[in-house]
Amino acid sequence: MSVTYLEAIRAAQARALAEDERVFIYGQDVGAFGGAFKATKNLAAEFPGRVLDAPISEDAIIGAAIGAAIEGMRPIIEMQFADFSLPGLTQIVNQAATLFWRSQMPCPITIRLPSGGTSGGGPFHSQSLEAVYAHFPGLIVMTPGTAEDAYSMLLEAVAIDDPVIFCEHKYLYYHCKAEALPSEAMPVGKARIARAGRDLTLVAYSAMVQDSLEAARDLAGEGAEIEVVDLRSIKPLDTDTVVASVARTGRLLCVGEAWPWGGVTAEVVARVAAEGFGLLDAPPQRLNSRDTPIPYHPGLWTAHRPTVRSIAAAARNLLRM
Amino acid sequence: MRQAVVNDDPARGAGQRYLRFGRRGAPPSRWISAGASGATHRLDLGMMKEGCAEWEGRSNMGRMLQTLESQDALAAAMSPRDLFLQGFRYMLLARLMDDKMASLYRGGKIQGGVFLGRGQEALSAATGLALRKGDVFAPLIRDGAGRLAFGEPLLDAVRTYLGSPLGPMRARDGNVHRGNPRHGLLPMISHLGTMISVVNGVLMAKRFKKLSGHVGAASIGDGATSTGSFHEGLNQAAVEKLPLVLVVANNQYAYSTPNARQFACANLIDKSAGYGVDGHEVDGTDLQACLQTVGQAVARARQGLGPQLVVARLLRLCGHGEHDDGSYIDPALKASPLGRDCLQVAEEQLWRQGWADEKATRRLRQELAQLLEETLAVVQREPAPDPYREDWRPLAERHLMERFENYPALEAM
Repeated sequence: MSVTYLEAIRAAQARALAEDERVFIYGQDVGAFGGAFKATKNLAAEFPGRVLDAPISEDAIIGAAIGAAIEGMRPIIEMQFADFSLPGLTQIVNQAATLFWRSQMPCPITIRLPSGGTSGGGPFHSQSLEAVYAHFPGLIVMTPGTAEDAYSMLLEAVAIDDPVIFCEHKYLYYHCKAEALPSEAMPVGKARIARAGRDLTLVAYSAMVQDSLEAARDLAGEGAEIEVVDLRSIKPLDTDTVVASVARTGRLLCVGEAWPWGGVTAEVVARVAAEGFGLLDAPPQRLNSRDTPIPYHPGLWTAHRPTVRSIAAAARNLLRM
Repeated sequence: MRQAVVNDDPARGAGQRYLRFGRRGAPPSRWISAGASGATHRLDLGMMKEGCAEWEGRSNMGRMLQTLESQDALAAAMSPRDLFLQGFRYMLLARLMDDKMASLYRGGKIQGGVFLGRGQEALSAATGLALRKGDVFAPLIRDGAGRLAFGEPLLDAVRTYLGSPLGPMRARDGNVHRGNPRHGLLPMISHLGTMISVVNGVLMAKRFKKLSGHVGAASIGDGATSTGSFHEGLNQAAVEKLPLVLVVANNQYAYSTPNARQFACANLIDKSAGYGVDGHEVDGTDLQACLQTVGQAVARARQGLGPQLVVARLLRLCGHGEHDDGSYIDPALKASPLGRDCLQVAEEQLWRQGWADEKATRRLRQELAQLLEETLAVVQREPAPDPYREDWRPLAERHLMERFENYPALEAM
């Protein structure tokens, strides 16, 4: 029996609702309909009155979550797509993220962002906004790249006393599976060595972990041993694990599906350059999507974002440096 | 090499461990309520209950104002006279505080800005007085009177303006951006309209917790009715049938923008029908009318009749802030009934009703001014925040903070 990434997210929410009466779910179409991606399927029936349909009002949805958290609840918010969190941006970055700093009142809300590209998604249903949120102090940003992490990290997100931006990748919903739900997990803020190697460190997060692992398998056939580091959360970002890996391999390639300017890959490269410069045998590299809006046509979309082939090509280039 | 993630809790060791969900802190079956621990506090108003004669001979008003008392006693039926006297007192204290803060700002003693409630004290005080323990209040920038009436200690207000680290915002936020969410007073952010849905969320949570009889009030101005947040917040409250009282101070200008450039409906109260909520109009220069109308709206919300929209007609009797002389305000408006000073109107009402004479109100003014001076004297002796001892971690989960390599260099500031 296996569990998909999407089923893991649903199961984590069911467990959170079952174990803690402070938890409720609020979002568009999350009730009887079960959510646009069915991440809340049957939860409204299983937990009557605790899975609420919201009007199309992202600002007010987040605002209400903040108010409920102030009053002791632990809301889980589903944004229908990560792209649609932007009308609620002010509430997230100005209200939720500043509340504890300003008033010492914790703000335990979890905001689920169905993120990343899928074939045919186009410019407004494909965005990866983790770097936008990570930029603001006061937020935790999680980017699970496995079904196990989707489950355990979502439970962790609900338990954390700060606002958590939970970036779940829509491509992984159906394409990523675990053999079973985990009973153990690494703590948030700790990166995972997804594959050990000694020639090059490939740092990735979210769906790019899976593509990077596949690229590493391909390169293994060519005799290169690639170490893949899954960041798991980008804020906090586990620089120690990354630098320790670079100390073993001497080479860094960081891969992200988001746009290149000032994002997670730039942050990783900056930290390794600043703190592990002497460990590098070659200039640190990164690979992102192209600096354009996300295209609709599958042919364009595939050429827009990093793929197994382009990751492998970037790794080969770096190995030759 | 520095530690990327500070893990100072031995229970959270690195590596594999069991999922800790549901086993952390208090048992999940118990509510951890923001408001559970304490009463919403109020200033001691005992003297007000006795009437104006009791205003005299109170030498230690500072102590009294800092004395926090459960307001259950206060919630007991209050005569219209007592209510009016209380309202007047908060209006006067807020006005005196505003004048003092403006003066300190002009003298360079306050950084940032000072935003006055001049002309809006009647509406604001009426809102604060209509609320009680367990309610939630999201005031806006001109709600000094309402904040005090809701129970904010004067000391909190002065400390926040002067940037004292002992204030509720600990010098991290200032002036009107103060509050105490644990006691139902939400600290506003600057983005207008956004506090409405936060109040909604508090009310939704109270419903989840099966706490009934509580209301939430949010203050906004005419300008904020143009925001998307206003629309989303009021619509959300209507859909959820929440006991929200949304109090609009239509003071004719949003910063310098007159209503004609702000909205095109004939009257803001017309919006209530569009959202499917009750609407109430009131003359915001008349304390008596405000007490009655806001009181009614709050009572209806408390009865479970859904959101209530109150629109008060008044005029801002100052600039947007003390940096602004308000020269754009139409003299015709100033000369109209809208331009009446609500404090003066209330004082005259007191005299006319025979609830106080001129001597008593003069004495009250002196005593409140003295109280303010004493509070200021306390705060001005408090230390400034120390950047070297500041806790620069904006997370409740401190162990999840990152440390950036160049932080030590910042200490060379």
